[in-house]
Amino acid sequence: MTEHAERLQRAASGVWRRPPLIRDWRYRLALALAVLVYLVLASWSVEVNWTRVAEGASRGLNFLGAFLQPDFTSRWRDIQQGLLESLTMTLTSTVIGILLAIPVGIGAARNMAPLPIYLFCRSIIAISRTFQEVIIAILFVVMFGFGPLAGMITLAFATIGFMAKLLAEDIEDIDERQVEAIRATGGSWLQLMNYAVQPQVMPRLIGLSLYRLDINFRESAVIGIVGAGGIGATLNTSLSRYEYDTAAAVLLIIIGIVMMTEYLSGYVRKWVQ
Amino acid sequence: MPVKLIEPGNDLSQAEWKLRTTRQQWLIWLGWLVGISLFLLCWKVISDNTMWVFVEDAPRQGADLLRRMMPPDWAYSERLWKPLWDTLNIATLGTLLGIIMAFPCAFLAARNTTPHPLIRSLALMIIVSSRSINSLIWAMLLVTILGPGILAGILAIALRSIGFVGKLLYEAIEEIHPTPVEAITATGASRMQVMSYAVLPQVMPAFAGISIYRWDINIRESTVLGLVGAGGIGLQLNAAINTLAWDRVSIIFILIFATVLVSEYISAKVRKAFI
Amino acid sequence: MLTLKQLTKRYTTGDKALTSVSLEIPAGQVAALIGPSGAGKSTLIRCVNRLVEPTEGQVFLGDTELTGLSSRQLRRARRRMGMIFQEYALIDRLTVMENVLSGYLGYTGFWRSYFRRYPQPVVQQAFKLLQRVGLENFIDKRADALSGGQRQRVGIARALLQSPEILLVDEPTASLDPKTSRQIMRLIKELCVERQLAAIINIHDVQLAQLFADRIIGLRAGQLVFDGQPEQLDAEILTRIYGEEDWNHASESGDVEEVMDPSVSQNHAQVTLRAASV
Repeated sequence: MTEHAERLQRAASGVWRRPPLIRDWRYRLALALAVLVYLVLASWSVEVNWTRVAEGASRGLNFLGAFLQPDFTSRWRDIQQGLLESLTMTLTSTVIGILLAIPVGIGAARNMAPLPIYLFCRSIIAISRTFQEVIIAILFVVMFGFGPLAGMITLAFATIGFMAKLLAEDIEDIDERQVEAIRATGGSWLQLMNYAVQPQVMPRLIGLSLYRLDINFRESAVIGIVGAGGIGATLNTSLSRYEYDTAAAVLLIIIGIVMMTEYLSGYVRKWVQ
Repeated sequence: MPVKLIEPGNDLSQAEWKLRTTRQQWLIWLGWLVGISLFLLCWKVISDNTMWVFVEDAPRQGADLLRRMMPPDWAYSERLWKPLWDTLNIATLGTLLGIIMAFPCAFLAARNTTPHPLIRSLALMIIVSSRSINSLIWAMLLVTILGPGILAGILAIALRSIGFVGKLLYEAIEEIHPTPVEAITATGASRMQVMSYAVLPQVMPAFAGISIYRWDINIRESTVLGLVGAGGIGLQLNAAINTLAWDRVSIIFILIFATVLVSEYISAKVRKAFI
Repeated sequence: MLTLKQLTKRYTTGDKALTSVSLEIPAGQVAALIGPSGAGKSTLIRCVNRLVEPTEGQVFLGDTELTGLSSRQLRRARRRMGMIFQEYALIDRLTVMENVLSGYLGYTGFWRSYFRRYPQPVVQQAFKLLQRVGLENFIDKRADALSGGQRQRVGIARALLQSPEILLVDEPTASLDPKTSRQIMRLIKELCVERQLAAIINIHDVQLAQLFADRIIGLRAGQLVFDGQPEQLDAEILTRIYGEEDWNHASESGDVEEVMDPSVSQNHAQVTLRAASV
């Protein structure tokens, strides 16, 4: 209070500073020091081989040049094959992933499922969300062999974690009164889901599915690096052969398709609502 | 939104409502038909490209893998602290660099703050390109250019983050209240002053939240960058897989799992504090 | 002081918001601008400081013609016109003091304002203004922690820190309860008298307009339909501005025995309106 009076007095005489975000100056100093020390330590751990960078600079220029003259034709068969695999992988994995995410999501909603099921579903979600798709792809490639099937299963698994978590949060947030109203009519559990829960979460579910479709396509371009098929494999080979013009073509195709899906999903979302 | 409700055309569509339902019903059926056939077609493509012999073998392979992973090589963890530190640095420095570049980009891309429509489309181009290309692909490109190392990883994370942060931030900028902007403009303030007084305070919480969220995602992404040589714990993972040292792979997994959980916890806490 | 000549605003959609409005407001006069929703009141006010660009016509502030100014000159001219808004238009996440100081932005450079380095006399002045509107204890509070009436006071202090020659006031009471509305209007009126400020107050509430304005300007469908003293307002003129309505009824409160004769009711309306302004 006295501090406030002092500030008032100083403001009256024309001296006023914005009150700091963190009151205690010792905290402020400690925080600033901690950030500074971290930045110094972290940048110190970055070792840069400048001769290698200088060497790479010309390659970098070559690569930029390749973007101006992408080569779609000479490896068109590879690109086409990779693209087809990627697109099919994206679609099937999204569909399968969402179908599986619905039961997992319901199971992971605390207000819908008993505790053991809740814990089980939550742990599936946690595992699926923690590991990057590529890591999961490695395991599935070992299990199922090279090719798009491993990729599809990877993406479906990742989709389950993503969708089920958001779905569970949605279900936990639904309007309890509607659920009670249906429960009061003596409806079964399935009827409860169909009448009270589904209408409330459906619009967002559709929006999220489209968003996930977009993500899955982008991811499908990566998991090819570890042998799970798709356009990523094409990209990987072209880069390791230093065929920058083909790589540029692949990247441009990816950008184009992502832009297209984004535009389309915006359109569909408007149509659904 | 409410403007739409009082449009005179609303009455008309009410009258045609019945007609449209039957047509819509047909369209929905057609949609399902097309969707299901597309799905089956896609499934066939995948199945044609799959060696089903291997797939039948999958359960045995999986069990075998699990057995070989099972006692994790705990002793190996001592050699993982440095790569883990590198991974954290890649994520943090990369995020920092990314948001520094994304910040002006978002202001140029938002409809209400862009100086010119042409500049806006250029900024949107940057954002879309950055978003479309996964950080692992950025890392692949940068490793061929800069050589393997942490630097390539940091830049890859930064380049991918521009699009993510830029997109969410420019959407936040477009959603600000217009009246404070009017008020500050009316005082005779310059463009930059309007930005710093009327726009910035309104988007600051969103900006902080988005950045922390991206940092959390980047921790996860940076665990795999080593697979293509861009530093971090992924390098060890790659080495372990190539030598089929599955007990080492499992300890790396455990470490990644713990790190990501901690970062998610921190991110959620910080985001809550900002809102 | 402020002169509008044949001011016209046509929106790109083709809607004509203002049609050839001419007005003159001498120094120190408080003019209330009344009219139905969508009559162009807000557009008129915003055309003055060019938050909305007028399509045709001229605006003179003193000797300066505003519609032809370059953006730098326009910023200088805007400093001379303080604006007060309906939804207060404060920056919620900044402190009350910063909100008031933002009235000085037109006089200062970017970096000084970015680091909040305002000259000592300006801070002193801001503090005095906050004292004047009764909020000096709130300088370090965030603007979103205040009540509606308090926020509008901050908005008024911000406009005054510009040391304006005229106030442009856009529906200052539309979001406030009746008591606070009167307090705010009284405050604006007092400040205008104290500082010899002219003001255009665009307002919904006819009674408040009559109470606190020196002059009433009626706008309907973008055209000037009335310009006179508050005492002149009667049922006929209100009909001219707002359209057909039983004006007597509206100004009556709790009177059970209704007088049905139109000529009587008209007189009656005038009487009650007068009574309100006493």
